[in-house]
Amino acid sequence: MSTGKLIRAASWTAVAVAGAAAFGGIALHRGESINALWFVVAAVCTYLVGYRFYSGWIAARVCRLDATRATPAERLDNGRDFMPTHRSIVFGHHFAAIAGAGPLIGPTLAAQFGYLPGTLWLLVGAVLAGCVQDMLVLFCSTRRDGRSLAHLARDELGRFGAAAAMVGTLFIMIILMAVLALVVVKAMAHSPWSTATVFATIPIAIVVGIYLRVVRPGRVLEATIIGVVLLLGSVAAGGWVDSHPEIRAWFDLDAKALAWFVILYGFVAAVLPVWLLLAPRDYLSTFIKLGVVFLLAIAICILQPDVRMPALTRFIDGTGPIFSGSLFPFLFITLACGAISGFHALVASGTTPKLIARETDVRMVGYGSMALESFVAIMALIAACVLDPGVYFAINTAAGVVGSDPVTATATITSWGFPVDPAQMEALAASMGEATLYGRTGGAPSLAVGMAHIFGSAFGDGLFAIWYHFAIMFEAVFILTVLDAGTRVGRFIMQDALGSLCAPLGRTSWYPSVWIASLLVCAGWGYFLYIGVIDPNGGINILWPLFGMANQMLAAIALAVVTSIFVKSGRLRYAWVPGVPLAWLVTVTTTAALQKVFSDDPRMGFFAAARDLADKLAAGMLPPDRAAVAPQLIFNQQLDGWLTVALLFIVWTIVIDTGRGCWNHLSGRRPAPDTESPYVATQLT
Amino acid sequence: MSAFAAGWARLRDGLRGVLGDDAYERYLRHCRARHPGATPLDRRAFYASELERRWKQVNRCC
Repeated sequence: MSTGKLIRAASWTAVAVAGAAAFGGIALHRGESINALWFVVAAVCTYLVGYRFYSGWIAARVCRLDATRATPAERLDNGRDFMPTHRSIVFGHHFAAIAGAGPLIGPTLAAQFGYLPGTLWLLVGAVLAGCVQDMLVLFCSTRRDGRSLAHLARDELGRFGAAAAMVGTLFIMIILMAVLALVVVKAMAHSPWSTATVFATIPIAIVVGIYLRVVRPGRVLEATIIGVVLLLGSVAAGGWVDSHPEIRAWFDLDAKALAWFVILYGFVAAVLPVWLLLAPRDYLSTFIKLGVVFLLAIAICILQPDVRMPALTRFIDGTGPIFSGSLFPFLFITLACGAISGFHALVASGTTPKLIARETDVRMVGYGSMALESFVAIMALIAACVLDPGVYFAINTAAGVVGSDPVTATATITSWGFPVDPAQMEALAASMGEATLYGRTGGAPSLAVGMAHIFGSAFGDGLFAIWYHFAIMFEAVFILTVLDAGTRVGRFIMQDALGSLCAPLGRTSWYPSVWIASLLVCAGWGYFLYIGVIDPNGGINILWPLFGMANQMLAAIALAVVTSIFVKSGRLRYAWVPGVPLAWLVTVTTTAALQKVFSDDPRMGFFAAARDLADKLAAGMLPPDRAAVAPQLIFNQQLDGWLTVALLFIVWTIVIDTGRGCWNHLSGRRPAPDTESPYVATQLT
Repeated sequence: MSAFAAGWARLRDGLRGVLGDDAYERYLRHCRARHPGATPLDRRAFYASELERRWKQVNRCC
């Protein structure tokens, strides 16, 4: 063995041993607190080992990536979407596209089980399932001219599978937009500082948009830097607004008013030309996103905060206050994006493969970006777990669960074994520049408190209020980007569907069609947002599991397509690589959906909750304010129940379709044609 | 100093690439190499048409 080989073997052994030691340290630690650096070491070593060995094996043996094979970017180069691009730039593009609010919110909510379950699944799930899904979808699409997931599904599973994929995509987008909008609304309610800052991002985006279109067309970097400086200014300006007694009142809005505002915003942004609001906002959010991820990693390494959350809490039995459901399957449903996200399959097919210069780049871009995304989720989990558990629960639990006055709320949370008192909460709110932090469900505020704690302590001088509102602005910027971009894409899908009913409605730039389709999409997510706002239990406990199930279902669709491609392209031996995660996702979503539909516990089952509320309403047991909204909540629970049934139906249709297609191919009854584009040798040097 | 300058240039080029700041230059290079006779779009028109194309599909996740 040469010296170089020996050194390499020794250093990989060291990485593996360090990772195993950190893992063991986290899993076996039983004390008051544990240092967050353990998590960082365990995570980084796990990703490195997974990347070096598992993705290396997949690249060489399973996919047989071929650096001599011309990619679609080279063959179909048009100087625009198809363009061979350096792999680190593609990595950045892809990561910016897949990283969103999901991996920040999911782990924050899942911290109610303690730090251990979330950490384990984020790492194991990413390395064995999430990264694999992203890499394999990217590979399959790259070998097929960069076709989109819907297109691949049509080729592999037939028309029904493709329709299921499209309905699934639209559904997950509607639920996603509703839940993210709810997160922003909950963070802004009666918080003039947050509201003023978030509102200010709109004119700032417009200024950047005009600069990019009129003043200096396409100079993205300089426009973005101007925009980011203005955004930082808006955080400080929000503080000024908050300190001004009169102006403060203008921005002191309740959740209902903010919900209407956000719905209106979504509609206007989807109808306006993209250059004015949507595109510039996205440039800003990409820049800030990359910056904050980097900054947070540095801050955690400098500060090395202690994790105060216990390894496991009593809520693994399913009685959690933030969302109901036991560890299996709801940990996996709640974490969703940080470990495996179906939405990534939409970017890994259709967009990213058109930039891949060499087929071997698929490994770094597909597997690597998801590993980084999972690391972001680990940091969000750390940020939630460095808070006092009592404080964490006080922020994240809805008033409908613990009571709306501070004394009752803190007493209830203390009785769970997580001591907290009103004075502590008041002091914390004051240091964050907020009137109150109770019942700010949705994860964003508690993440912001955690980030403010980490940033404020690591970079000296406190300034917690500034960091808190910076974190809220950071989350709001890309949540609003998802809202407007999602409404717009939803509009195109809707116009496509409407076009088959009535031809003129399919014309994408015909104004009545644009308005009708945008209105329908906004009404879709706006409805769930509104119900979430009037629901005294906070809405998140209903919407997030629904989102998680839809997201995991989309991942199941993507993996089913990949499995089917593997079986039909002579990779039957390796069909377990996508097949095992597929089986796991189907098990998780099916179990969760069945519990949500059939459970008799009103905290768990949608229909049970509807019945329970209807009984209470009929018996006159509800206080007047709750009785007033009860009929809407009853209808909504039933609707959610039926939507879950539909999800279940879609998942199993896809699974059966995949199984039948594979059987027909293998038995020789109906061998499937090869869908891969023919080999062309690369000319790139 | 030159190492610092080189590092800065790499960071800037990386950021430009990730944000799409260099899209027009790359498009021009493509046009000159592949379609020498044709007149490429000007910067403004290119930017406008790129935005239309890019925002018709899912390009942002949750």
